[in-house]
Amino acid sequence: MSIATRFVADATVSPWTGFVARRIGRLVVSLWVLVTASFLMIHLIPGDPVRAALGSSAPGALVEARRDALGLNDPLWLQYAHYLQGLFSGNLGTSMTSDLPVAQVIGDRFPATFEMAGLAFLLAVLIAVPVGALMGVLTRGGRRRPTELAFTSTSIVVAAIPEFLLAVGLVYLFAIQLGWFPVAGRSDANSYVLPVVSMALGSAAMLSRIVRVEMLSVLGTDYIRTARAKRLPNWMIYFRHALPNALTATLTIGGLMLSAMVAGTVLVENVFAWPGLGSTIVASILAKDYPVVQGVVLVYGIGVLLVNLLVDIALGMLDPRSTIKES
Amino acid sequence: MAARWLAALKTPAGAVSAAMLFLVLAMAVIAPILWTGQAEEINTRAILQGPSPEHLIGTDSLGRDLFFRLLVATGLSVKLALAATGIGVTAGLVLGVVPSLLSRRIGRLVTAFVNIAVAFPGLLLAMFFAVIFGVGQTGAVLAIGLATAPSFARLTQNLVATQSERDYIAAAKLAGVGKVQRLLRHILPNIAEPLVVTATIGAGGSLLAFAGLSFLGLGVQPPAYDWGRLLNEGLNDIYVNPLAALAPGLAVVIAGLAFNLVGEAVAETLGTPMPVSGRGAAPQRVPQASTAKPYTAAEPSTDGADSKAVLTVRDLFVSFPGPAGPITPVRGVSFSLARGEAVGVVGESGSGKTQTALALAQLVEHPGNVSASRLEFLGQDQLSSPSRARRQLLGTSFAMVFQDPMKSFNPTMRIGVQLAEVAQRHLGMNRRQALARAADRLRAVRIPAAERRLRQYPHEFSGGMRQRAMIGMGIMGNPDLIVADEPTTALDVTVQQQVLRLLSSIKEENHVAILLISHDLTLVAQVCERVLVMYAGRIVEDLPASDLAGRGMHPYTQALLAAVPDMETDRDRPLAVVPGRPADPSQVPVGCAFASRCPKADDQCTREDPQLVEREDGHRVACWHPSRGTGRERVSVELKLHAVALQGEAS
Amino acid sequence: MSELRFEQVSVRFGGRHGMTAVDGVDLTVPTGQVVGLVGESGSGKSTLARAAAGLTPLTGGQILFNGQPLRPKRGERRPLQMVFQDPHSSLNPRMSIGESIAEGIPRAGRGGAAGRRSEVQRLLGLVGLDPQRAFSYPGQMSGGQLQRVALARALAGQPEVIIADEITSALDVSVQGTVLNLVRDLQRELNLSMLFISHNLAVVRYVADAIAVMYLGRIVEQGPAEQILSDPQHPYTKDLLAAVPSHRSPSLTPVNADPAVQAVNDAEPTDPHHLPSGCRYHLRCPIGPLVLPGRDICREVDPASDGNRQAAACHFVGELLTSGKAGIL
Repeated sequence: MSIATRFVADATVSPWTGFVARRIGRLVVSLWVLVTASFLMIHLIPGDPVRAALGSSAPGALVEARRDALGLNDPLWLQYAHYLQGLFSGNLGTSMTSDLPVAQVIGDRFPATFEMAGLAFLLAVLIAVPVGALMGVLTRGGRRRPTELAFTSTSIVVAAIPEFLLAVGLVYLFAIQLGWFPVAGRSDANSYVLPVVSMALGSAAMLSRIVRVEMLSVLGTDYIRTARAKRLPNWMIYFRHALPNALTATLTIGGLMLSAMVAGTVLVENVFAWPGLGSTIVASILAKDYPVVQGVVLVYGIGVLLVNLLVDIALGMLDPRSTIKES
Repeated sequence: MAARWLAALKTPAGAVSAAMLFLVLAMAVIAPILWTGQAEEINTRAILQGPSPEHLIGTDSLGRDLFFRLLVATGLSVKLALAATGIGVTAGLVLGVVPSLLSRRIGRLVTAFVNIAVAFPGLLLAMFFAVIFGVGQTGAVLAIGLATAPSFARLTQNLVATQSERDYIAAAKLAGVGKVQRLLRHILPNIAEPLVVTATIGAGGSLLAFAGLSFLGLGVQPPAYDWGRLLNEGLNDIYVNPLAALAPGLAVVIAGLAFNLVGEAVAETLGTPMPVSGRGAAPQRVPQASTAKPYTAAEPSTDGADSKAVLTVRDLFVSFPGPAGPITPVRGVSFSLARGEAVGVVGESGSGKTQTALALAQLVEHPGNVSASRLEFLGQDQLSSPSRARRQLLGTSFAMVFQDPMKSFNPTMRIGVQLAEVAQRHLGMNRRQALARAADRLRAVRIPAAERRLRQYPHEFSGGMRQRAMIGMGIMGNPDLIVADEPTTALDVTVQQQVLRLLSSIKEENHVAILLISHDLTLVAQVCERVLVMYAGRIVEDLPASDLAGRGMHPYTQALLAAVPDMETDRDRPLAVVPGRPADPSQVPVGCAFASRCPKADDQCTREDPQLVEREDGHRVACWHPSRGTGRERVSVELKLHAVALQGEAS
Repeated sequence: MSELRFEQVSVRFGGRHGMTAVDGVDLTVPTGQVVGLVGESGSGKSTLARAAAGLTPLTGGQILFNGQPLRPKRGERRPLQMVFQDPHSSLNPRMSIGESIAEGIPRAGRGGAAGRRSEVQRLLGLVGLDPQRAFSYPGQMSGGQLQRVALARALAGQPEVIIADEITSALDVSVQGTVLNLVRDLQRELNLSMLFISHNLAVVRYVADAIAVMYLGRIVEQGPAEQILSDPQHPYTKDLLAAVPSHRSPSLTPVNADPAVQAVNDAEPTDPHHLPSGCRYHLRCPIGPLVLPGRDICREVDPASDGNRQAAACHFVGELLTSGKAGIL
């Protein structure tokens, strides 16, 4: 296989072109699935979504008028065509409760969610990579059993606490008891601390475990033995030879985690009454405001797909083998 | 399977988590039966009270006792989580197994679908389904169940695919076992364990997810209540009675953790190989003390020439802690290597040859333990010199070549950088000089287009080229010794010859000593002047390579030669057979380790371990009955040698 | 009669950027004979074996057993069986040895649980294992013992042809001999036809009546074992033979004085995904166009084998030119 890959690399077109083309192809298919699923969502709901939204006491004429306005009386394929057309022109429909365009609702709410998720991810990585790498080095080859036990059990417990429960605990302790941070809302920098920390802590614990395990497995490889046989100093072995390889492996899982974080905002936003997409989608589901739900699901989905794309590209750049391995 | 789960529960973490899980499950069954009355009793005189001896964590807005509500909620919380997990596991299993049963095209389609679905986080999928199935208990169960299905499906697919590639599946196919039977009889039993572990951890995840949905108001609806619902209600009153919110949160965490930890504990036990049960004819364990006797044989004659020696080692032991006492793969190895000399180390797997090489290179990792009475490299005492000085000397003068050239280069670094860092580190060169040296070394190992190759990654090299680059890396300094551990085993025969030729021309041109480790006697004989034959952690014979054919004195050496066919082997006669199997380094017997497989073994052999004694000039043997050939005509020589051996012992 | 014949067999993997692992192979395994198949890794020998066993679909040609394509129906006797390289992977770790062997016994001949049990015991005895071993699990046995079990399972199908794919290369050297002896005895005793695949020419020499040499998906030379070994025609066969070390004359082939020959000797293996034009061996051939001037035909024309018993797919068969240019000038 290795001989083969060598020649693929030498072949006429750069492997990157093929890799990027394949990757974009996959993104397009995933997007299509996502868009179709969000379109179908409203049609899969048993019964009449408009009737459900307006309540059983609403007059039949109003329901009918609303159905017409939403185009629900058209044949399915036509609705699908309209939906796609709307998407391409940035029209996501109109909220059934506020009568605002869905695109505007999303535009208003998006920054708050994006900031929270982004900061939380950054914090998680900044904690997890150094801690995980250090733990990997300290506990390599079965050294320092007590340290390993302490780290593993702490990280398992912290990782097992879901963000919204941690949020509740932090609110109680730091907002209600100590009064250091506001209980809820999004205002100054101080108001970011608790939401971001409660989002980041569990992920940091999980990610640091992954970094440690990857670090351990890299430290056990033959090429680390080669580096030791070259009598390189330890810091070079850990930083130059081990860490980049450990992070490459971590990235795959880290990417999944980042997209899980995007979704995790939903719960935490509700604890902190954070004016983001998460609180919007929950309120809309409860109010049966389906166009908004559709739009937010779409935005979350696209966010997840973009994160995955970025991770794959980063992997391709970090690991010279990965672009070719796929084919 | 059951045995391994039990083993997992015997570890401290496993026992604690199993107890936790048992408690949670027991509470889920018992609490609704016993305390539903108390939990749902409305008391308008005790609305929104704080904790008191009467109401341990207070009351809610209808004056109901929160403590009992918390206990009773265990039932619904666990029930719903298990139901969702059941749905998820079933759907995932079906989706995971289907690709292997249906036509290739449909299978591909299912796989692609799962791959897309798995990219979306569970919570997002759960909300999507919650919209479709409607807000409420049933909707949430379906939503969480279906949301966990993709990841479970993916795991199943991967596990099925790995098992399907194994040869026993091919063999079953050849035996006429049908697709469904193959799946049921062969594949599923072999992937059941990781699936059950994942499902257990998944149940914990479902529990948390359910709490989340209920907390958002999308799950359990009043008047029913689970922990998430209690949390939702408690959060409104967090200023009045914080415990109303914190207690259900804690309950969720504990229950989630219980599932999680049991899964983790079992997964950990599964990751470690199961000890082979003692049924069958396992050799008896021998107390360590008798095998690890210090080496006290007569010093070999090469001692006098030590000033010329590149490497001298005496009484080398390597041991690792094992489940039942230390395992000692190297038990007292002593030899010297002269300048420019090529010595081969031959032995089967488990003979300790690789551990010997690693110990000499001082690369045995924790928890391995290396000891020797003497270890000198180029006159430097490796047992007492400061590590800085040793590093410097070893870095420039001691080169290692490993078995698998693919795995022995860092896959994410360019070949040039990996070579250059040796010169930068130890020869004080700057980056440019070091790269120039690297190019020069690649040319020295006859790699064409050296400059271009420097910029390539290891995977862009073929196996043979990679091994040459590895040798090139070894000669970045001016080594006095190259230790090559099975350098050609991973290569094709024609390429093997190229690499061996290269090693021996480097030896000739640069007067480098070579220690060549291999399982292949004939290959070693091609390059080396002297051969050390190892068995069960000891050198059993040390002889000139030219003596290998027909002049080996140890029965093991003779047997090895006779058992392996070469191009002159008589095709009409059966190959010589060495009965039994190679000694297990964790169970080395008393006496001669080869005795149980040796045709000449007698009482003495099983009682006493023979020492490595010089029989002729430059020919050492560790055997009570050494002889050339196998015929009876050798008996007199044998007796004479025997007498010599006894004398050697006495003196 | 139990003859296995490959006719223009091709196997291709992957789509547009795939590779042809086996390319138009003609090969006959005559009744009761052992045909040894040698070649380096990536030459396609294992793919050919799996194709014969029906584990890999053909993209061209056909494989005939006694002149008929092999398509056994459910429950029927399976006249072709295979033994794999890694005995640890070729037995289900969760089935006892006895169950694994019993699975291979054709349904028609099973004769109930008792009959099956006695057949398993007979087979274990046949491969030199204690019949009590039927209750052991693979994890409790050594590599050599497992390979015997794998043989017993193959024999359970009452085969007439056995395909042995590198069956000794995962074993310790001191154990290989016993397995080779067993294979030889059983083959003779049961008059089996056998395709014996190995990268080790010395092992093949010991068991095979005829030898076929494979290079990059093609059989470049085949014929009676003695003839191939004593008088090889194809330069690749010669190189292979020269590379086999021997106890008796343990010296490396010397570095060739001719730099062109040496360059060819040190050349990298040819990439099976990008086959060169003309003869597939010409980039590594010591008598090819890179060494000898005027041999452009090797670059341009593919020397397809002409199908004779000892045919060598080389334009310059029979010219003794391994020593270098001197011969032709």
